[in-house]
Amino acid sequence: MSSNSATLWLRPFLARPVALAGLGVLLATVLAAIFAPWLSPYDPYAIDPLIRLTPPNVTHWFGTDQFGRDTLSRTIHSARMALLIGSGVVVFALATGVPAGVLSALFPRLGHLLMRMVDVLMAFPTLLLALGLIVILSPSVATVILAIGIGYMTTTTRIVYGLTLRLRAETYVEASRSMGAGAAWLISRHILPNLVSPLLVQASFVFAFAQLGAASLDFLGLGAPPDIPSWGNMLAESRTFITRAPWLLFFPGMMIVATAFSLNLVGDALRDRLDPRLRQVFGEKG
Amino acid sequence: MSGNVILDVRDMMVSFSARRAGRKYRVQAVDGVSLSLAEGEVLGIVGESGCGKTTLGRTLVGLVQPDSGNINLKGTEMIGAGGSGLREMRLSVRMVFQDPNASLNPRRAIGDSVAEAADISGFFKSRAGRSAAIAATLTAVGLNPSFAARYPYELSGGQRQRVGIARAILPTPSIIVADEPVSALDVSVQAQVLNLMMDLRDQLRLSMLFISHDLGVIGQISSRVAVMYMGRIVEQAGTRTVLDHPLHPYTRALVAAIPKPDPSKRILGAIEMGEPPSLFTRPRGCAYAPRCPMASDRCLVDAPQLRSAGADGRTIACHNV
Repeated sequence: MSSNSATLWLRPFLARPVALAGLGVLLATVLAAIFAPWLSPYDPYAIDPLIRLTPPNVTHWFGTDQFGRDTLSRTIHSARMALLIGSGVVVFALATGVPAGVLSALFPRLGHLLMRMVDVLMAFPTLLLALGLIVILSPSVATVILAIGIGYMTTTTRIVYGLTLRLRAETYVEASRSMGAGAAWLISRHILPNLVSPLLVQASFVFAFAQLGAASLDFLGLGAPPDIPSWGNMLAESRTFITRAPWLLFFPGMMIVATAFSLNLVGDALRDRLDPRLRQVFGEKG
Repeated sequence: MSGNVILDVRDMMVSFSARRAGRKYRVQAVDGVSLSLAEGEVLGIVGESGCGKTTLGRTLVGLVQPDSGNINLKGTEMIGAGGSGLREMRLSVRMVFQDPNASLNPRRAIGDSVAEAADISGFFKSRAGRSAAIAATLTAVGLNPSFAARYPYELSGGQRQRVGIARAILPTPSIIVADEPVSALDVSVQAQVLNLMMDLRDQLRLSMLFISHDLGVIGQISSRVAVMYMGRIVEQAGTRTVLDHPLHPYTRALVAAIPKPDPSKRILGAIEMGEPPSLFTRPRGCAYAPRCPMASDRCLVDAPQLRSAGADGRTIACHNV
């Protein structure tokens, strides 16, 4: 990468204000997660029955829930769980899907076997698969990551498999083979470097859908343990109060929508950055 | 033929399995080719698309496994050779590819591409030695050493092909298999790249197998020409002999098809010879007979073998000349 690659990566965002806004929302979420204890005005676990179900006001900007806990503080703290699960799923999906896809493409016998297994897993709807796994294993954050991650491991494997098949046929890979390169050399010098960009895009989409998946599991009571603040848990706990205290659902709901939407916008912008035909639009060479 | 024979190929057979209309076929891409290459010699391989010339080259650099035959490199048999022998061959026989845009990894710096063969075999002992070798090789192909840090998209087609050549000469090989190395380039750049290859052949004492569909280009660079048709060599002789006095009817058609600078001398007759027969249904006799103006009854049933014919080491596979 050249020294000005940072500006090259930023250019599609600057050309599209919506994508830039998405990037801003994501940045804010990350900062909120990191600095949650300092940003939250109250302890997210502190119960105060005297002020239960207060509407948004000057002291409690987002109102309070049925136990009198501060909704703003809980919303901020929930960003931690969202990012933990999102990044956990991305890491799991890439750490399993990339080796499986690359090796399947380079070793056709192994590929036949692995791809049929992927087919079987893909036949299940992602959420159903996740539910099944959580029922078998006991619910915990790690289980949630695993359960959602398996669904995205299969799509990642498929994408990597297809890309590697194409890369394997490239003349520069043939050139390398003609000079005696083995599989390890081909993977480290030719395949992986060319997979980085498309995987960056894939990662952003997986992250977004992992958010939605985790929120769905939380809502069903199968996700993060209910005492941990998460947007899905907040929705689940307060859904019976939807008519009396709609703000309890509005704020976490908005955060789920905003993060997932922002990730998709960022993923779109990254994909455009990587499409050579669209690069011309942003005035780049090559 | 003069000098020491450095590469000797005997009866090489290469086939691919193909599936068409649900049935499996074996396509004989290279059908019993024998050739030898002397030190410092440039042997041109000419033929139309699909005649097996590229497959022949790819077999020599190990990208395709031959069904049978022998490849003897500097007195050592390479078919069935073990690890170290193969590694030796990978460094001794190197390929220059047709499309310089596709043959360089867009995500690797030029210097890394140039040093790839050496890096794969652990050739360099120090980083400084590596950088110096890359700089010297880039200079040898007429590029500024500063190109080492650049990426392929910053280079023109001609510059990329120079990089492709640089990659094939570090460390210095014995033989270069050049598969249509200039056919993707502009005519003005073609001449420069051909001159570069001839300079390098002289400086580094390289032997070359120069594969092309263009007899004009072959005539400029090679001392001997082998004409391939449907997987077989049909005529082989010194370049001037082939170009000035082609004997095989197929060679005659190819020579007649070389564009002439004088537009009043229109190409007549030779061009109306149609397509080669399908590789799936090779004719029983001479594969060229269906297109040949000289074909006799014998040609349809009896495939001609290569035989010596006259001066300049000419060999030819035809019943009627």
